[in-house]
This record gives sequence, structure tokens and C-alpha cells, in this order.
Amino acid sequence: MADRREDGMSLIVKTVTRLTLGLILLYGLYIVLHGHLTPGGGFAGGVIVALSLVHLVLAFGGRSAWKRISHSGASVMEATGALGFLALALLGLTAGFFLSNFLPEGRAFALFSAGSIPLANLAICLKVGGGLFAVFAILTIFTAETASPDGGER
Amino acid sequence: MIALYILLSMMILGALVAIEVRSLISSVVAVGAVGLGLSLVFLLLKAPDVALTQLVVEIIAVIILIRATIRRQLPGSPVSARPYGVLLGLGFAVLLVLVSLPALQEIPQLGHPYMRVAETYVENGLRDTGATNVVASVILDYRAYDTLGEATVLFTAVMGVMAVLRNRGLKGGEEG
Amino acid sequence: MTAYILCLILFSLGIYCAVSKRNLIKIIVGVAIAEYAVNLMFVLVGYRIGGVPPIFAAPGEAQGAMVDPLPHALVLTSIVIGLATTALLAAIAMRIYRKYGTYDVNEIRELRG
Repeated sequence: MADRREDGMSLIVKTVTRLTLGLILLYGLYIVLHGHLTPGGGFAGGVIVALSLVHLVLAFGGRSAWKRISHSGASVMEATGALGFLALALLGLTAGFFLSNFLPEGRAFALFSAGSIPLANLAICLKVGGGLFAVFAILTIFTAETASPDGGER
Repeated sequence: MIALYILLSMMILGALVAIEVRSLISSVVAVGAVGLGLSLVFLLLKAPDVALTQLVVEIIAVIILIRATIRRQLPGSPVSARPYGVLLGLGFAVLLVLVSLPALQEIPQLGHPYMRVAETYVENGLRDTGATNVVASVILDYRAYDTLGEATVLFTAVMGVMAVLRNRGLKGGEEG
Repeated sequence: MTAYILCLILFSLGIYCAVSKRNLIKIIVGVAIAEYAVNLMFVLVGYRIGGVPPIFAAPGEAQGAMVDPLPHALVLTSIVIGLATTALLAAIAMRIYRKYGTYDVNEIRELRG
């Protein structure tokens, strides 16, 4: 998606990316952690976290981005999220039944409240974010090694 | 309610553009516009959770689809439909609306939901779970099995993408 | 009632595109439009005129009747599953393009193997 093949975008885009990357990641984590108080939750926050990593890869180009972040770490992140959600569900067995909410619910409107719902939101965020970033990483690596015919429109 | 009908008409226009235009990139961008209009409609229908999720999912779907279509349009590749396709589509739409009119009398009319099951969720949600977001307490406490099933479906789809785009035998190919 | 009929028209547009187009990307676009229409129908059924979003705003205060939160939960799951489906369809389309060099369904059917 650049003038030179896989070199990334222009200098302005790269400088702005260095500033906004951490902000987007922080915003995604905010939406995940406050999922039981305000709209959002694990799914939207996980997609925003994946979008921040996609932002990094798109701005810096395929070849130089894969030296800074590893694309097999995405599978590890996704598997950790899935196993975390299953562990929470099995731990609910100690309180009676599978998937029960076993931690104490605190006051309303506090950050540490609502039992195991914030922990489940974190597990879902890791799973969705890791999975979507893994899909994007595979697509990038696949298109970098395809002998694509020139021509056609951008 | 007028805003709702205007937005729905604009979504239908955007869908018509996405279907009939010849260039593939324009078609993908038009689908992105339909998704953004849908997010606005969700905001009008007082559903902020769903609107936020639809917006970010739309962005990433358009990114993935553009990755599939860019640099892959050979000049001169035809995108035409079969000649009788438009009449068939119109006939199908009219038939669908006619057949579903008796069914549409049965579901609650717009603005007066039955809420037989959701009464207990709304009344007891704050006391049982302590979460002030009722939708979060529904998907992670009352109906957590659905979330487990959805996590499984997402996992299977990511495994499917990894299996389909495997570079076995090519120089430097590795799976994620 | 008019909103339901517009939603059904959007759904039939998506199905028409998925059935009668020859390009693989247009088929994916048609499936995506049909999924949007189905999610819209769910949230339309749960709407209440004059309702508030299903979030408690201030402790102990009643702010009016809420809209139905159950369709919101179902649609949240359905949106993410729709994204997974679209990503898998796009991956299969890219694989087919690498093998056959075209997105046209009729030509793919004729070049076997």
C-alpha cells in the first residue's frame, strides 16, 4: 500500500503513528476494564487493541514492522485468553455450577466490583485482540510473498 | 423516527451502490459506508454497546477486505451479472415482503417490546451481579454459555485462516 | 412496520448480490450486507419508544423504562461471529486467486486442477 514496495508510508504518517499508538492501546484497555460500568466490554476493547497493532504494521510497512513485534506472539495471546476464560468457568464450579460468578460483588459503580465479570472481560479482550491480529499478520505475510501481477487500481 | 427512516434509506442506497458498481475497491468502500450507517442507526435505537462494537468491527472488516482486493484487479476482468438477474432479484424481494407480512403482524410493533425474559434481568441485574451495565451482566453472567460458544467460533475461524494461508514449500514461509 | 419492511429489503438485496454475481468479492459483499440486515432486525424488535439505554446512570434513581437488553447481548455475539466469517471468506478468496489468477467464478469452474 505504498509507493515503494513494503517500505511503509511517509515520514509524517510514521511520526504521527509513534504518538497515537500508545493512546489507541490505552483507550482499548480503558474500554475493557470499565466494561461493567459503561458501554463497551471485552469484544469492542479487544478489537481496538488489535487495531492499534494493525496501525503499527500499516504505517511502518511489512518488512520493518515484523522486526519489532513478533507475529507468533499473537497466537500465544489468543490461546492465553481462551484458556483464561475456560479457567474462570471451571473455577466457577467451586461455587456451585459451571460458569458461576463466584467472586464477591462490591459496591455499584466501583472499578473493582461485579464479581468475575472484569476478569472475564480481560480474557475476552486477549482472545479477540490476539485472534484478529493473528489473522491480519497472516494476511500480510501471505501477500508479501505472492507474486502479484502489476496493474489494476489501488 | 424520521431520522431512522432516512438512515435506513441511505443504507439501502449504499447497498445498491455496493452491488452494482464495477470497481471492486469502490464496492468494498460502499460496504464500509453501509456499516457506518448501521452504527448510527444503533445509536438512534438506544444501543451504545452494539454501536461501539459495530463501528470497530466494520473498520477491521474493511481493512481485511481491502487487503484481499488491492493489486488484484486485472484490467478487463468482467464483473457483470447474468442478464435476467435484476428481475429475479426484484421478484424475490417482493415475494419475501408479501410472505412475511402475516409474520410481521405477530411480532411486537416497533416501540412496544414484550420483554418477558428481560424483566428479570433488568430488575435483578444490579443486585445479583453488581454490574451497572445490564448488557455486560447478561453476556457474562446470565448467558455466559453463549460467550463461550462465541469464543470457540472465533478460535475456529482463526485456525481456519491459518490453515488456508499456509506457505508450505515456499521460501521463507512460516505459519503464525 | 415500515422499518421492518426496509430491513427485509436490505436483506433481500444482500441475498441477491450473493447469489447472482460472478465475482468472489461481490459474493462476500452480499453476505456481509445480509448479516447487517439480520443484526438490525434483532435490535429493532427490542426498541422501546421513549426508552433509555440499558445502563444504570446514577445510584438509586429511576430514569425511565429501559430498552430490551437481551437482543443487544445476542447481536454483540453475532457481530463478532460475522467478522470471523468475513475474514475466513477473504482468506479463501485470496488462496483461490493465487491458484487460478482470477476472481471470476465461471472461469474457476472451467479450469479444473
